[in-house]
This record gives sequence, structure tokens and C-alpha cells, in this order.
Amino acid sequence: MINSFLAEPAWIALRLSLKVACWATLLDLLFGVALGYLLARKRFPGRELLDALLTLPMVMPPTVLGYYLLVVIGRHGVIGAWLQRTFGINLIFTWQAAVIAAAVVAFPLVLKGARAAFETVDTQLEQAARVLGISPFGVFLRVTLPLAWRGVLGGALLAFARSMGEFGATLMVAGSIPGKTQTLSIAVYEAVQAGQDDSANLLVIITSVVCIAVLIAANKLTPNRNPQA
Amino acid sequence: MRALKLGVVLMSVAMGASAAEITVSAAASLTNAFKEIGAAYEKEHAGDKVLFNFAASDPLVQQIAKGAPVDVFASADQDAMDKADTLKLLAPASRRNFASNSLVLITPMAATLAIKGIADLQQAGVARVTMGNPASVPVGRYTKHALEQAKLWAAVEPKAIYGASVRQSLDYVARGEVDAGFVYATDAAVMKDKVKVVATVPTETPVSYPIAVIAAGPQAAAGRKFADYVLSSSGQAILAKYGFGRP
Repeated sequence: MINSFLAEPAWIALRLSLKVACWATLLDLLFGVALGYLLARKRFPGRELLDALLTLPMVMPPTVLGYYLLVVIGRHGVIGAWLQRTFGINLIFTWQAAVIAAAVVAFPLVLKGARAAFETVDTQLEQAARVLGISPFGVFLRVTLPLAWRGVLGGALLAFARSMGEFGATLMVAGSIPGKTQTLSIAVYEAVQAGQDDSANLLVIITSVVCIAVLIAANKLTPNRNPQA
Repeated sequence: MRALKLGVVLMSVAMGASAAEITVSAAASLTNAFKEIGAAYEKEHAGDKVLFNFAASDPLVQQIAKGAPVDVFASADQDAMDKADTLKLLAPASRRNFASNSLVLITPMAATLAIKGIADLQQAGVARVTMGNPASVPVGRYTKHALEQAKLWAAVEPKAIYGASVRQSLDYVARGEVDAGFVYATDAAVMKDKVKVVATVPTETPVSYPIAVIAAGPQAAAGRKFADYVLSSSGQAILAKYGFGRP
């Protein structure tokens, strides 16, 4: 009973969407925290330009991103051709391509959240820790990050929700292979195209419930609403 | 010069008088041919304007069923038109076949694999084969039936990359992202410089295109004129130019 339930196309699509969103969020956290910290603390020429460039995926049409990705990581793309030659890796039409698409689209959400969170951390606390003999990296891990984690996590949850909903760029680079790259949002599209309203209904309900849950969690973590809680 | 000016004035008067905007939902494989037919029709029927909505046939039926203001529907197989018929979307007795086509197997121009026919798709070296999604794209249904008949479906299905329309499959092959793909002969001809036709695939049912007027279309009367034009000798000549066969 449970096994046949888990083999339903809808649940396979849900699991794939969760997997893609988890990996995309992890990647975004890694780069978003590092670059967010850089943008919040370091002064260097072109800082705001870098911020603008990194925020671009949030405002650009997903089709434009999808096309850029296709040109870059496609079999004849700059990076794609190199990966193929060197490692025999072909990213297009794999779930990893879906991760890259989702990570790029959702990246600004983590970056913006992290930058804002780091900017609110009192630098005097960091300086005090330095005076007490903690290494710069230790200060980051033990002082800065703990004070900024709410903002960082809030951004990460929004990025997770955005990754779950990614459609345009994903369809262009990962295609729509059932069980392999057909995420929830793409499964909804396919079901509607084929006139299968029953499965479309089930899929949109699952998507909505997951997204609402993530948004509630993100709201609870929004910084400064109730800092003592 | 004066005559020309008079002509322009008369034409604009005519446009104001009976300007009909005909909306035509047509199978993606008809894109190039129908655009030319539309332009030719507009020239002969001053004032009428033909708007096209190209996509895979099944989604077009879904759009019409959900109330899209469409006057004419042209599908790439009888299945999709049957669905429209079952949903009572068609104007009575307006359904006619207007063209035929053939299914072909194509590879990228620079392909290194030796694919000579559908049996070669079983080779281990062939990793990705694109075709329309059989659930919503006619060319996918023709492909699936042809492969099933050749007892190759089980071997090819795991390699399938489904396109949302025949033109997406064509694009995948042209970009070299897949090893081979199934499209219509007329699509392959559109990208002659990028894809290579390696075999014509026999289909269980002939690839024939029906056209019909949508009963609830806001310009159904003008739509009927357009459908007639597609079947006229001028319309048929344009279809033949793009490689479509007689109905």
C-alpha cells in the first residue's frame, strides 16, 4: 500500500523537487554567505556593481537564464564542452542541471538575506573577540555567523521555496524526463498540456502545501520581528 | 501616384468596414507553411488579419476547451482532432484533411555515431533520443506506435527526451544535445544545415493533418474562409513548397 503510494508519479516528482531544492539551497548558502559577507564588510571598487550582477537572476526572465545556461553548460557550451572533454560529463537533461538552474535563480535571495544580516551585526563584538585572541575565521564562525543566522536562514528558506517553484530555466536545461528531471512544477505543466486535470490538481495541491509550509517557516525566522524569542 | 493614394484610402476604408481578426491554433510543424499561407490570405482578403498560435496539438485542444477565442484549429494527427470533436468544439461538418507528412529519424549534422535506422537506436552508445511527448504531442504518438510495431519501444523509451512540441525536439537535435530524434520530414527540411535525415520511419497510421472551424470562435465565418483557403490550390501550393503531401 505505502509502496504503491510512494511509486505514484506525483510523489516521485515531489521527491525530485525536494532533492533539487535541497542541493540548490546548499550551493546558494555556501556562495551566498561568503559573498554576502564580502559585500557587507569589505570595501572595494565595483562592490555595488557586483551586488547588482549577482542579483540579476532575480529580475531576469527564466527563459533568458535558461538560454544563458544552455549556451554555457550545453554540449557545445564553453564549460559544457570542457566538462565533456575532460570528464565525459554531460549536464544537460540531468537532475544536476536542474540544481544549477534552481541555484542560479534563487541565489539572490540568499545573498540579499545574508548581506543584510551581516550588516546588522555590531562590529564592536567582532573586534572584542579579536582582542581576546580568536582568529578571524574563528570570529566569523563563533561571533558573526551566530548573530546573523536568522537572516541567513530566512534567505535560505526563501531560496528553497523559489527552487521548488523553478520552471522556465529548468525546463530548458533539464528537460522533462519522468522520474529523472520532471520536477513538480514541470509535472504540473505536462499534466495540463495533456489535459490530465486529475493529476494536475493533486500536483498543485502538493506544491501549494509545501510552499506555504516553507513560507511560514521563513516568516518565523525573519530577523528583528522578535529578537529575544 | 494618385491612383496609389486612392488605393491606400480605399484599402483603409475596407479594413474599417470588415476587419476580421481570425485566430488560428495550429500544430507546431505547420509554423513556416501557415505563416506564409496567412500572409497570402491577408493579401487576397484585404482587411482580414490572421493571428497564429503554434504549439503541440493537444495543448491547443486544451486551450480551446478552456475557452480560448480560437476560430480555426489545425492538428497534426486525428487523435487530437478527435478529442476536440468529443468535447463538441468543432463546427458541424467543418472537419477536413488538408495535408500529409512523414516521420523521419534525424541526427545532428556533426554526429559521430553511426545511426542508419531505428534499429541502431538500441546501441549502447546512443544515450539520448528526443521525440514529442506521446501524452500531448502527435509526433510522439506516431513515434511511439512506430517503435512499438518494430518492437523497439522498450529499448528506446529509457533514452527518451520528451519535447513539448516537434520543434523543441528539432532544436535539441540541431544543438547536438541528443544523439537522434524523431520529427516530421518538413521540420527536418527547416534546419537542413544542422540536422541530417537518416531514415524515413513507416507509421502505423498515415501522418495526416485535419483542419476544422471552432463552433464558438468569435470570427467563425471568416475562419471558414481561411480553412477554405488552406484547401484551395493557392494554399496547397504553399504547403507543397514546404514539403507537405496532398491530404
